[in-house]
Parts: sequence; C-alpha cells; structure tokens
Amino acid sequence: MTGLPVFLRAFARRDRWFVIGFVAGITLLYWSQAPGVDGIYTTRAAFEEAAAMMESNAAFIAMAGPPRALDTTGGQVAWQASAFGAVCAGLMSMFLVGRHTRAEEESGRDELMRSGAVSRRTPMTAALLMMLVANLLVGAGVAASLVAYGLAVAGAVALGVGVWATGAVFGAVALLAMQLTGSTRTAYGITGTVIGVSYALRAIGDVSGGTLSWLSPIGWYQAMHAYSGERWWPLLLLVAAAVVVVAAAYGAFDRRDFGAGLWHARPGPEQAGPGLQSALGLSWRLQRGSVLGWVVGMLLGGIAYGSIGDDVESLIGDSELSRDIFLGGAGALVDAFYATAALMVALIAAGFTVSSALRPREEEDSGRLEVLLATALPRRRWWAANVLITAGGSLVAVAAAGAGMGAGYALVTGDWSRVGQLTLATLVMLPGVLVLGAIGLLLVGVRPAWSVVGWLPLAFCAVVLLFGELLRFPDWVVDLSPFSHLGRYPAVDVPWGAVGVVLAVALALAGLALWAFERRDVVTR
Amino acid sequence: MDHLVEIEGLVKTFGRTRALDGLELRVREGEVHGFLGPNGAGKSTTLRVLLGLLRADAGTVRLLGGDPWHDAARLHRRIAYVPGDVTLWPNLTGGETIDLLGRLRGGLDPQRRAELVATFELDLGKRGRAYSKGNRQKVALVAALASDADLLLLDEPTSGLDPLMESQFQRCIDRYRDGGGTVLLSSHILAEVESLCDRVSIVRAGRVVESGTLAELRHLTRTSVRAELDRPATDLARHPGVHDLVVEDHRVAFEVDTVQLGGVLEVLTGLGVRTLTSQPPTLEELFLRHYGDEVETEDQPA
Repeated sequence: MTGLPVFLRAFARRDRWFVIGFVAGITLLYWSQAPGVDGIYTTRAAFEEAAAMMESNAAFIAMAGPPRALDTTGGQVAWQASAFGAVCAGLMSMFLVGRHTRAEEESGRDELMRSGAVSRRTPMTAALLMMLVANLLVGAGVAASLVAYGLAVAGAVALGVGVWATGAVFGAVALLAMQLTGSTRTAYGITGTVIGVSYALRAIGDVSGGTLSWLSPIGWYQAMHAYSGERWWPLLLLVAAAVVVVAAAYGAFDRRDFGAGLWHARPGPEQAGPGLQSALGLSWRLQRGSVLGWVVGMLLGGIAYGSIGDDVESLIGDSELSRDIFLGGAGALVDAFYATAALMVALIAAGFTVSSALRPREEEDSGRLEVLLATALPRRRWWAANVLITAGGSLVAVAAAGAGMGAGYALVTGDWSRVGQLTLATLVMLPGVLVLGAIGLLLVGVRPAWSVVGWLPLAFCAVVLLFGELLRFPDWVVDLSPFSHLGRYPAVDVPWGAVGVVLAVALALAGLALWAFERRDVVTR
Repeated sequence: MDHLVEIEGLVKTFGRTRALDGLELRVREGEVHGFLGPNGAGKSTTLRVLLGLLRADAGTVRLLGGDPWHDAARLHRRIAYVPGDVTLWPNLTGGETIDLLGRLRGGLDPQRRAELVATFELDLGKRGRAYSKGNRQKVALVAALASDADLLLLDEPTSGLDPLMESQFQRCIDRYRDGGGTVLLSSHILAEVESLCDRVSIVRAGRVVESGTLAELRHLTRTSVRAELDRPATDLARHPGVHDLVVEDHRVAFEVDTVQLGGVLEVLTGLGVRTLTSQPPTLEELFLRHYGDEVETEDQPA
C-alpha cells in the first residue's frame, strides 16, 4: 500500500492532541473511580451497605451496567466506568475516522493527496489504523493505570482490551457510515445513533433480565465480567463484529465514486419553496434533520427508560436495607428512579442543545454568514432564528423524552397516568439544558474560536450526575451544575422558584451573547 | 447623489496587522470602479467594512449616504455582493440558494433570473456540495445580478470562471451599467479591469496609491515610442521627459512622460517621420510602477 507511512505520520501529527486528550480523559475516568471508592468506603460494612444499595437502584444500573461484585474496588471501577468509557472511545473513533476520510473528501484535500503516488485505499486504511492505534492507547492507559493503582492484572487487562475492541467496533461503524453518504455530518449522525442505540439496548437489557444487552457491543464488553470472574469469549464477538463491518466498509468503498456516497444524492428543486423565506426558514431547513432525529431518538430512549420502571420494585428484592432507605415504599422508589431518569435524558438531550447552539459558528466559519448578512437580513434576526430553533428543538426533544417515559411505563403496566407527570419531570430540567445552550451561544457571540469549550459544561454536569453522589463531590462543585437546583420531581415537589431563577440565568446569558455578537466583527477568511 | 461610496482615512487592524491604513475611496454613481491590487492589499477587508461585517477602527465610511455598520440591513436592500470564495449550503440546491438570497434582499426579478441562468448555463438542481468552484461563483453572480440593486460589490467575482463565462460576465456588467447601475469591482486581473472599468483605484498595503480614469492614470506614466526618421535625432536626448533613448542611425526608440508627448512629436515631425509606433502604458505597467519595488525587494530579502 504505497504512501501508507507518510499518511500515518501526517495523521499522527494532526491528531496528537486530540488523541492525547481522549486517552488521558478515558484513563482518568477509569482510574479515578478506584481512589474515589476507596476513599469513601473506609470500612467493610460501609462498603457492603453501599453496594447493596447500588445493586437495587435501577436508575444506576440503567446508567452504568449490570451490577457485579460491587463490594470490591475493581468491581466498582468496572461497573461505573465501562459503559461511559466505551461511549467515549466510540466517539473518539468516530471523529478520527470522519476527519480523515469523508471530511477530507468533502474539503477536496483528499483529491490532492490521492493524486500523489498513493494507492486508492491508502487514506482509508491509514485512517483505520490510526483509529485502532488510538483505541490501543486508550486500552493501554486504562489497564496500566489500574495495575499501577494496585488492582488485579486480569481485570485491568479485561477492561483495557475490552474498551479497545468496543472503540474499534464503533470506529468500524463510522468507517462504513462514511461510505454510505456523501456528507460527514450525516455519517456522524448514523454512527452516533448506533452508539446511542447500543447504550440504550444494554440499559434496558441490564435492568430487565439481560437478553437485549447481547445485541449491544457495550453489552459484550460488560459481559467480559472484569473484576468479577473474567471471561474472554465475548471479546471474540467484538473482534468479529469489527472485522465484518470493516470488510463491509471496504466493499462499499470499492463500489462508490470519489466524492459520492453509496446512497446517491438526488437532484433537488430548482426553485426555493415557500418555507425558505426568512432566516428562520433557513435555520429550520439546516437543522430540521438534526431536530427530527433527536426528537425521535429521545422519544424512543424515553420509551426504553419508561419500560424499565416496573422492574424497579422487583430489583429491591428482599433487601431490608434498601427498603429502609426508600421509606416511602415501592411507589416512592419508582418516583426516585424517574427523577434520576428525567435528569439523565435531559443531559442527553442537551447534546442537541449544545451542538445546535454552536451551529452559528459553522455558518460564520464557512463564509456563508457573510453572504447572508450582505442581504437585508439584520444580524439580530439571523441570530434569533438560530436561538429559536435551538430552544424550540430542545423543548420538543426534552418533552418527547418525558412523554416517551410515560408511554413506556404505560406499555408495560397499562397505567397511562404517568405520561403527564413524567413529561413535567423532564420539562422541569429544560432550564438547565437551556443554560448549557446559552453558554455555547455566549462563546460564539464573544469569540467563535472558543466554541469547542461549549461542550465542557455539559461534560461537567454529566460528571456531577454520574459521580457526584458516589464520589461525594463538595457541595459547591455540585451546586455549579444548574441541574442541582432543579429538584427531583416526581420524588419531591417542583421547586418553581429555583426553576425560574435557572431559566432567568439562561435568558440573561443568551441576551449577553446577542449583545456581544452585535458588537463584534464577523469572522472572515 | 454623487458618490455611492465615500471612504476617508479608513483604518482597520487585526491584532498587530494593519490591514487598512488610511484608505480613501470614492465611487461615483453610474460608474464601474476597479479596485485593483494584489492579494493581501486590503481589498476584501475594505468591502467587508462597506458591508458592515467589520467595524472601522478609524475614518469615515459612507455607503449610499448611510453608515454601513449601523444601517447595514436597510442599506443592503439596495446593494448586492459576490464574495471571492463562495461557499454554499451543502444541502440546498443552487436554485434554492439564489431564491433565498433574493428574498432576503427583498425580492428578485424572475425573468432576469431565468435569463442569467441561461447565460451562465447553470444547473439549478444540484446540491451545494456538488458544485465546482466556478459553478458556486455562478450561483452567487446570478443571485446578485438578478436583484434590483443600485450598487454591486464584487470581490474578485470571476475567479474560477472559464473564459467564455468571463466574457458573459463582462457583458452582464456592461448591461448593468447601461441600466444605470454602479459597480465596485475588486480584482487583480488587469485585463478585466481594463476592459470593464471607468475608473480605477490601485490599493497597496492598505492605502489607495493611485485613483482616476485609465486615461488620467496613463497620463502619469510614460508612453513608449519607436520611429524611423529622415535625419538623425541628435537633439532628442535634451528634450524634457525623454528617457532611455536609443539611437541607431535613423531609428529611435525611447520612453516619454505622457505629458510631454505632444512636444516630442513636434520635434519628431521636424526631423521627418517615416514610420511611427507609439504604445500607451498598459495597466500592467501602471501596476508595476507601484509594485515593482516590492517585486525587487522580494527577490532580495533584506
């Protein structure tokens, strides 16, 4: 394969900070659980008590994975980190593959490189190798850090090899998706959906008996039972899946033309329809695919979550301890589960909100904003149109998740009374979601180059939700998350005052963003 | 109104770079004004200030009598803009893009749209991502020319167009001017400016160093003359304005300051002219006069 070393060297140079960031982040995600757990549960009794409580908490199981050996440090690390580690490795693989294949092709750079003395498959193969190496570094980092902490080698290797293989499966999916469509954005959407569905399938499976978990690569990874009697054959499933999907990607690549997808783009209308009259019409046109995808995804995810609710009671089993903790009895337990679930789906929906809030940056960077603002379109109206789609899309996505949860619960129990309640439960989280979006807007409004930072607040809120309680973060850290102030409806009453304050913060940040945007130069090339 | 664009003392800095350094520019109503300079001279920055995309650091800028920063949207109803490097929305078709931009500007003439599409042989049904560079440029040109604008701001609009399309473009601009329109055309293609423009401003390092009609600018430079005479031209060297004189028997070749051309011709006539060729300075020579030293210093870095 002519030119492969040149490509690999160039990729390694371009990707080094990106890969270093992901390797460090994922390694930290796994490793930090160990000292965290050991620091909190200093006595055996306290550890076992906590473990018993976690084992019977369906919300935690749905978030993290099947509870195994939770009264050991290794078991806690595997349980808390593996699902998110796999998702993070999947996202890293997706972006690595995308930026070196379809994105290069779309920009025209690939054409230039392929005109050199390189084989046709070289850039794609280099991207595949780069992705595998990056995942290998992640796996090595995870395994080495856990061994260094003093945990058993077998479990560390299982977690490391497993995250490598799971990341590779999602990378392979991305490689295939990049061949199907001519647009990097669409291919990211396809891959993201596969990752999301994999996570949801194992969430339902883990709470309701385990069958569905076998349809998910993340489920296979967790079936390796790191730190609870390792078994290695699920690794074969992961490797086989990666090999099959990569083979399919190469098959698709050989059958398509340069620049095209396997799915051909059809010619479109020669005149604009009535929808394309205004900035709002344009924003909707540009984001409608993303909005609809997210709304459908959140609805289905909600249904999945909702259908678990009935299992919550059975999970408590005979544990007296858990029954004591949830004094209100089974009904209160279900409420507590859904309160956590509402926050969880709201955070996932915030993925749409942040990406949509940062979307104006792309319009500006590409130079398209320049052409728009050279028409009679005022800056303010263009900005407002984007904000309206972001806020409206967030509202519908969050509400869809809540309604889905209610519907999922109703499908299993026949009790439709929770639909309204659970829709309200997720809507109460909307102001928090909007704060995250408004921070993104503010970054774009002040200085678009800073906009990548817009994802950090969402990551922070997710960390607080996932680990804040378990690792006992200080109060002031927890309070930085807007979601910490929105209560836990339906477990407790809605704190309307606080909800109003968080909403006001979101509006203030959004107003500030517009103020800054109206006063700065448009970024030009 | 006399001037549609009036810029005085315009300064724009990006960090430590001084992109515009006291730029002056006036565009009269009804003229095609060439804005000439190499890459990085400040042409695009000037146009973006005129569009209210960038805020001027100092100086006054008037567009159609208004302030381009504060009245951007109102003023933009009367102008149309074509950037040098057009990017389109990847999933909007060319036709949709033209209509969208037209509607945002306050409407476009469907008849003219159809004519322009035919003139430029543009396929309207393609998605933005599928267009070549030249075709993206055509989409922006059709959107601008089909509008009812009083002023066209064109930033190297023909980059990527083939020669056939370039001549179509020139025809369109001529027709637009004949209809009373005004154009500010930024370009580094000298032939284009020479054939299209009534007046030219040459910009260098953020300043306009020369401005006027082509005739006026030519006046400032030298005309090259070759002649065959009856008698040897011994006195010619002493005549003011004559440079680089070469005398071979009865043949002479020299450069003369254009203001002195008349006097020199009288002298030649007195010597008996057998043949005479005179060449007016090309725009290229005008241009090189302002940039020649830059070329030299680039050759020998200090």
